[in-house]
Amino acid sequence: MGQSFSLRPNWPRLLTCLSSDPMFLRLLYQSFRRQQRRKLLAGVAVSLGVAVATAMIAVATDIGDKVGRELRSFGANIVVYPEEDTLDVEVGGINLKPATAGAYLNEADLPKIKTIFWRHNILGFAPLFAVPGEAVAPAGSSPADLIGTYFSKTLTVGKEQFTTGVRKTHPWWRVKGEWPKDDSTSEVLVGRSLASKLGIQPGENLAFGGRQLHVAGILSSGGPEESSLVASLKLAQQIANQPGALRKIYVSALTKPEDDFARRDPATMSPPMRDRWYCSPYANSIAYQLREIIPHSRAEQIRQVAQTEGVVLGRVRGLMLLIAAAALLVALLAVSAAMATAIMERQSEIALMRAVGARSSAIVALILAESAVLAAIGGVIGFVLGNVIARQVGLSIFNARMTVQPVLFPLVLLLACVVVFLGSLAAIRRAARSQPALVLRGEN
Amino acid sequence: MKRARMFLWMAARSTLSHSRRGRVLTALTAIVTAAAVATAILNLSRDVEAKLHGELRSYGANLVLAASEGISLPADSLSQVETLLDGHGVAVPFAYAVARDGGDSPVVVAGTDFGRVRKMNSWWQVSDWPTGPNAALLGVRAAQAVSADSKPFELTFKSRRMYFTPTGTLRTGGAEESRVYINLPDFFTWTGVQPTVIEISANLPLAELSVLQRQLADRFPGAQVREMRQITEAEANVFGKTRAALLASVVLIVLVAGLCVLANLTSSVLDRRKDFAIMKALGASQVMANSIFAMEALFLGALGASIGYLIGVGVAAWIGRASLHQAVLPRLDVFPPILLASILLTLVAAMFPLRLLRGIQPAAILKGE
Repeated sequence: MGQSFSLRPNWPRLLTCLSSDPMFLRLLYQSFRRQQRRKLLAGVAVSLGVAVATAMIAVATDIGDKVGRELRSFGANIVVYPEEDTLDVEVGGINLKPATAGAYLNEADLPKIKTIFWRHNILGFAPLFAVPGEAVAPAGSSPADLIGTYFSKTLTVGKEQFTTGVRKTHPWWRVKGEWPKDDSTSEVLVGRSLASKLGIQPGENLAFGGRQLHVAGILSSGGPEESSLVASLKLAQQIANQPGALRKIYVSALTKPEDDFARRDPATMSPPMRDRWYCSPYANSIAYQLREIIPHSRAEQIRQVAQTEGVVLGRVRGLMLLIAAAALLVALLAVSAAMATAIMERQSEIALMRAVGARSSAIVALILAESAVLAAIGGVIGFVLGNVIARQVGLSIFNARMTVQPVLFPLVLLLACVVVFLGSLAAIRRAARSQPALVLRGEN
Repeated sequence: MKRARMFLWMAARSTLSHSRRGRVLTALTAIVTAAAVATAILNLSRDVEAKLHGELRSYGANLVLAASEGISLPADSLSQVETLLDGHGVAVPFAYAVARDGGDSPVVVAGTDFGRVRKMNSWWQVSDWPTGPNAALLGVRAAQAVSADSKPFELTFKSRRMYFTPTGTLRTGGAEESRVYINLPDFFTWTGVQPTVIEISANLPLAELSVLQRQLADRFPGAQVREMRQITEAEANVFGKTRAALLASVVLIVLVAGLCVLANLTSSVLDRRKDFAIMKALGASQVMANSIFAMEALFLGALGASIGYLIGVGVAAWIGRASLHQAVLPRLDVFPPILLASILLTLVAAMFPLRLLRGIQPAAILKGE
């Protein structure tokens, strides 16, 4: 009896059962029609398990990108400056370098930044041109730099429009008053500590480099810019009489955490290796591409930002993967427990089928077919539900959608089937061991 | 007394009885899993937060104390800052001067405490940290200018000449690359300039950070205390979002585990309609029958919570070693809420089907209707 009941299904026979036996299909159909409560419970368990698994996989795979974007609020992580530049002589935001010293980059090269291989990872950039001088206000005067830059300038690269400037690369800057316009040559922001030294308010005027400038706002940044003037790049170029010139470019790029491979020198690599390095979004390789595209320049990662970003990103990603694994495990256990319960409740039904002479392979086939139907329906509903959960998590936490790769769908479905089969098999074995007569008499 | 003992015995016996072992085991597995995951996460949460804070702190200073122009900070300012910090971070003094190199070009020289800088600015890529007197750490661009051949070089400050030995180069991608860093005592004997800036990397939540900022402003009335907003804002941002994502995941996991327990126990109790009917037929009151089921749930919940707690502590320790590289100590204060929640969950799961059974006549169940 127990011995004759084999758990190894006779596959050819099983397939014949499935395809040609109308009785089998009817059994399957009736089983779902008659036991709606049980099937619903098992189906809900499968759907929920799959939903949580899908959502967690999506969150775990996407969180790197999302946290990466959040980390960009640390500001630029790559700086580009002229190759032949002399030393910076700057202490506490005061530039002591003579205005004529050093080399320049060309403003006309700026749009090229959006043409490099990793152009879509460039989230923003801001040029910088500091001109030393004396700020003269009615109430006082002080030596100060005038920093020319883009605030929020729209550039045309090919057919695309791209808006960039310090408001993207330095998101922690706050302005009391108005931001100046990028084409204005008469408006200026005054750093907070410089403003208190000069006793000046937004709306007043001051003189710098022989020009009358209108104070549009007071800038607070927590950095050395607080003792400078900030204006459009155009104004700085006019004051220094250097049209089209700039000193530095700050670039904010989405990057991949640095590893040993990233730190290697591309000059010493074999061509295929170099290609792989070039096509990975490391801060180093993006800097390398910027150096290629902007003539006579050097590009470096700003290590304070880039390094820590890598460490934090790696840590968060690792942690989420572990948690996703835990979630998968729980979902697995929940689903197989639900399936086991559902089948154990049917002991008497199985016993009855055996008593009236059903072959063991037919019973296994019936239960596995039922499980497969459950897994398929539950898998589809769960996948959709998981998508919704992932999207909600993404929207509420990161203000961006978490995308579930469509590739995951067959994978998730397969996983659901395997888990459901595993949960069923253990229960079928239990049912097979019991004596039909005892079960039917209700003594088990 | 005798009644109570009999009651407990019945409950224990029915929980662990041989014929129901499979069923009870499935329910127990679900409770153990839920309790283990919850324990692991709760155990880890504090360490994860501490660790993330620590990682984010390696971005460098979040507060800067700068003397007003032309004045130095008081001589004992560093020890005063350290007292206020009370061990929650590092403070690093900096003194700056503009010297002239051999070719009479200006170069910024900074005096600092290398041991402290090393602790605070872990992103500095330094080939060799200088030790010994008159050793200098050169920014890569400064190195090109003052000592391209790595030989000792001279610098002049207010016509006082001084020789330095370059020991290593510094890469940061920032203004530091144009500077020469030397030891603070060397710097003072050479230039007579005291530190003008103390950079502070305080390992504190945002609220306490602004308290520290106020305290510093009170203690040093002549100086400026700046919050490095670039650092503090991004830090709070990233930290908050990561924590929210972790929390959302944990809620999802515990929810599924809880549902699993609920489904399992509910069907398990429904299965025992007959026991229930027999008890009532033998004269047990509704309260009595209910309490036996409740007692069983209590047993299961307590047992599951205890095993789950132990497993969870183990999992937390493993994750701590594998992902955070630090020992995660078991937290005893996690146990009571886990125990309470498991018992509550099992009680709810058991009581829900009993409500359905209340109205049914024992005779009907026993007859198999």
